[in-house]
Amino acid sequence: MRLPFIITKYNPELEHAAHQETYRLAVSRGMTVLDALIRIKNELDGRVTFRYSCRSAICGSCAMTINGSEKLACRTSIRKEWERHGKIDIAPLRHLPILKDLAVDMAGFWSKTRAVTPWLGGDSSSDHGLPVMPDAYQFHNVDACIMCGACVAACTSHEADQGFLGPAALAKAYRFIADPRESRAAKTARLAVLERPTGIWDCTRCNFCVQVCPKDVQPMEAIIRLRRAAIEAGFTQTGGARHVLGFKQLVARFGRLNEAIMPLKVVGLHLTRLAQIMPLGIRMLLKGKVPNPLHPPIQGVEHVRRILTRPTRGGPV
Amino acid sequence: MKYALYPGCAAKGATPELFQSTMAIIGRLGIEVTELTASSCCGAGVVGEADPEGALALSARTFAQAEGLGLDIMTICGTCQGVMGGANRRLKSDPALLARVNRLLAPEGLVYSGMVQVKHLLWIVVREVGMERLKDEVQITLGDLHIAPFYGCYILRPSWDVGFDDPEHPTSMETLIRAVGAEPVEYAGKVKCCGFPIILEKENIALTMNGTNLKEAKDAGADMMVTPCPLCHMSLDIYQERAGRTVNARLELPVLHLPQMLGLAMGVPPEQLGMQRHLVSVEPVIEAVEARKTMKKAGRP
Repeated sequence: MRLPFIITKYNPELEHAAHQETYRLAVSRGMTVLDALIRIKNELDGRVTFRYSCRSAICGSCAMTINGSEKLACRTSIRKEWERHGKIDIAPLRHLPILKDLAVDMAGFWSKTRAVTPWLGGDSSSDHGLPVMPDAYQFHNVDACIMCGACVAACTSHEADQGFLGPAALAKAYRFIADPRESRAAKTARLAVLERPTGIWDCTRCNFCVQVCPKDVQPMEAIIRLRRAAIEAGFTQTGGARHVLGFKQLVARFGRLNEAIMPLKVVGLHLTRLAQIMPLGIRMLLKGKVPNPLHPPIQGVEHVRRILTRPTRGGPV
Repeated sequence: MKYALYPGCAAKGATPELFQSTMAIIGRLGIEVTELTASSCCGAGVVGEADPEGALALSARTFAQAEGLGLDIMTICGTCQGVMGGANRRLKSDPALLARVNRLLAPEGLVYSGMVQVKHLLWIVVREVGMERLKDEVQITLGDLHIAPFYGCYILRPSWDVGFDDPEHPTSMETLIRAVGAEPVEYAGKVKCCGFPIILEKENIALTMNGTNLKEAKDAGADMMVTPCPLCHMSLDIYQERAGRTVNARLELPVLHLPQMLGLAMGVPPEQLGMQRHLVSVEPVIEAVEARKTMKKAGRP
């Protein structure tokens, strides 16, 4: 069967904008998108540029946007894509600078990874060295990450603000927070950096990184664990931490969230910010959208409160 | 068909029009409900950030209440659906976890045995009510309107927790938009994030996301937007003016809750759907519906 492959091409040195070119190729059973790209390059257009190496979903080089979603070309079946979308549309990873065609510049990606200090901190220089790693220790699958960049390209917060450290680097950071060999002091220093703007609290929990990750790393889950670790380490003054703690308090008090009180929990006594929010609050009030702050709690709220205020064991889980 | 209705916080709080419009349409579609009045917040993924097992217990408590009634749960909020669907999957697949969570419910005399299903109104209308029944109820086709679906995150992703639409190529909202005779608008932002979870603490990032999606829909020719998630609605409606300023665009795009769109097509008066409670004017939509009504009375198609 001959299928059309729509490939986004762009040479920033020669062109003002990207354009699409369609290549027709006879495909056989079991072919992947990477197989097709290699054949297109060999047989139809030697100038098509893309990055690949292992062809086995290990090296993480061939992540690209296939039919609108971030995938490894080497493990994406042409037949399945055709059945699912009725087309094969191949573009570079989004929101990363394009070097040429399907190859993006990963320099920013790597500098963000370096920015989270991806090595064990603390007293590793001491004579005793590092404690031995317990046998069955899990870093919530972060070790499976192949740094392909799919999660970063799919991240909706990174799309809005490319300064965001992003899911891959933050997942990597969690690996060290979860490592029992790193000292508490080193972890606290790490969290003090991560709670700053462009860090853990910029994630909007859209689940895109979880969905597209070819290795089931679930970066968002790692970010949530970092947030929990930050709160447990006493970093509770950011808007994000106040949101989590205030939300839980309100549910424990009323059984449901009261949106009339929630903004005050997040903003606190920050007067400028309050002044920014107030006009919206008044417009909502006029439209009957502000819930009664004195609304009685739900039936059985004491049980909800008991659940949410029970003593729990500390530390990241 | 009968369900235990889980209202969630927003429909009982800042988006009461969602609850109102849901109640105005479900009877006509043959859906009976018993409201879970003693149900708590699902945790919205936020409680779970601080206390994962406590958040699971909140969902399990709701499931146990529905199980006591012998009913599956109907949600009307995309976020509740995602959070509770994920919680249900975990509880059903991990007996030890279910036992631990049940110990937290025990003092209230509740126990969850894992028999409940959690379904969003959107899915119930598409799969169980069916398009034939829905089309029978449609009195005014919204034929002049181009409607942009906005799915939101939790009703699509992660797909292994949700399991209804294809997250790369969802069709349920488009199916309903076509069933009311309107034209679905295609745009990339329909599966993206509205920014709501961080709108209070990272307003600029959230409004960039929000405004970009709204502008994309508008540029693709949308007359209005429809969403199955009230948190998306708050972001897209309440914050729309600010989002427009953030992305330098005049948006003025009416955003309807899913049951409001269905209700308008069923001929339910707009005030019974809580349409007067929106911050962005819905007048253009109501005018279009009124025009169709007049045309219908005059015997024109």
